Amino acid sequence: MEKVKVIEIKRSVFADNDKDADNLRAELKEKGVFLLNLMSSPGSGKTTTLIQTINRLKDKIRVAVMEADIDSDVDAIKIKEATGIESIQLHTGGMCHLDAAMTRQGLDNLSLAGTDLAILENVGNLVCPAEFDTGSCRNAMILSVPEGHDKPLKYPLMFSICDVVVINKIDVMPYFDFDMEKCKEYIHMRNPKAKVIPICAKTGEGVDEFAAWLLAEVEKWKK
Amino acid sequence: MHELGIVFYIIRDVKEVAAQNNCSRVSKVVMSIGEVSTVIPEYLTDCWKWATDKEELMRGCVLEVETIPGVTYCEDCGKEYSTVEHGRTCPHCGSGKTYLLHGNEVEIKEIEVI
Repeated sequence: MEKVKVIEIKRSVFADNDKDADNLRAELKEKGVFLLNLMSSPGSGKTTTLIQTINRLKDKIRVAVMEADIDSDVDAIKIKEATGIESIQLHTGGMCHLDAAMTRQGLDNLSLAGTDLAILENVGNLVCPAEFDTGSCRNAMILSVPEGHDKPLKYPLMFSICDVVVINKIDVMPYFDFDMEKCKEYIHMRNPKAKVIPICAKTGEGVDEFAAWLLAEVEKWKK
Repeated sequence: MHELGIVFYIIRDVKEVAAQNNCSRVSKVVMSIGEVSTVIPEYLTDCWKWATDKEELMRGCVLEVETIPGVTYCEDCGKEYSTVEHGRTCPHCGSGKTYLLHGNEVEIKEIEVI
């Protein structure tokens, strides 16, 4: 009979990722690059919101985008065509989220020198991306009106880690039983500090406010 | 949904510890998983067999999961209660000023090696 030995570990499986993420943040601070982690469900309008936002910022600061998806490169192409900025596609190989190591690999493929703002469009999913710190300087998420105002109650972790919650597709509010005040109340129950910005990415309504917030954060980070 | 990713994390950490201890095989991994960690033990077990079979060091390795109950503390009345049953609102005084004491752990507790 082979001898079995027990080794006590008592280590969180997220510990390494958290450390990686902190290191990445420190490196970005030194380089003066602001990394935004943008999360949402599939189909909430992340890419359209980004195009609108980037077109408001690209004359003021240099922006680059990393699109993370399980497969395809439609988002990276869409961004490049609509804004003209540098945009790359990351494939997660079936994984439902990005971690700090994958984010770092993506950043290595961007021409970071001279870039002020790097945006990571995370995999569309409200569960897993919230668990893994990507090393981003700020987290933002988009909740779209058709998803319903009760989502902050159902996915509390996602709402509690985000600095900004963008509520998209407000133009279709009359067709859905979406209660904006309730939604804000639920978000602030989970995260009193979260900034809530209602927008319509299709018409551009409200996007100025999101772009202004982002620009102010980038400037603060670079100081 | 993210259980497979977590299994990859576990395998990476276990391999590291096994290498440090010069082990030839890992026969068992004991995980401590919180009730409100969002990790579903059944899904973890499903991914486990598939992923560990691909690692020589861990082929046939048994996964044991110990559950840590979710317990929340109420700042207003100072009482503790079960998170799974009552969520974020204190059942004793109705306050929302509560925080999780434990129950969100995803920890490798120990491993059995040969």
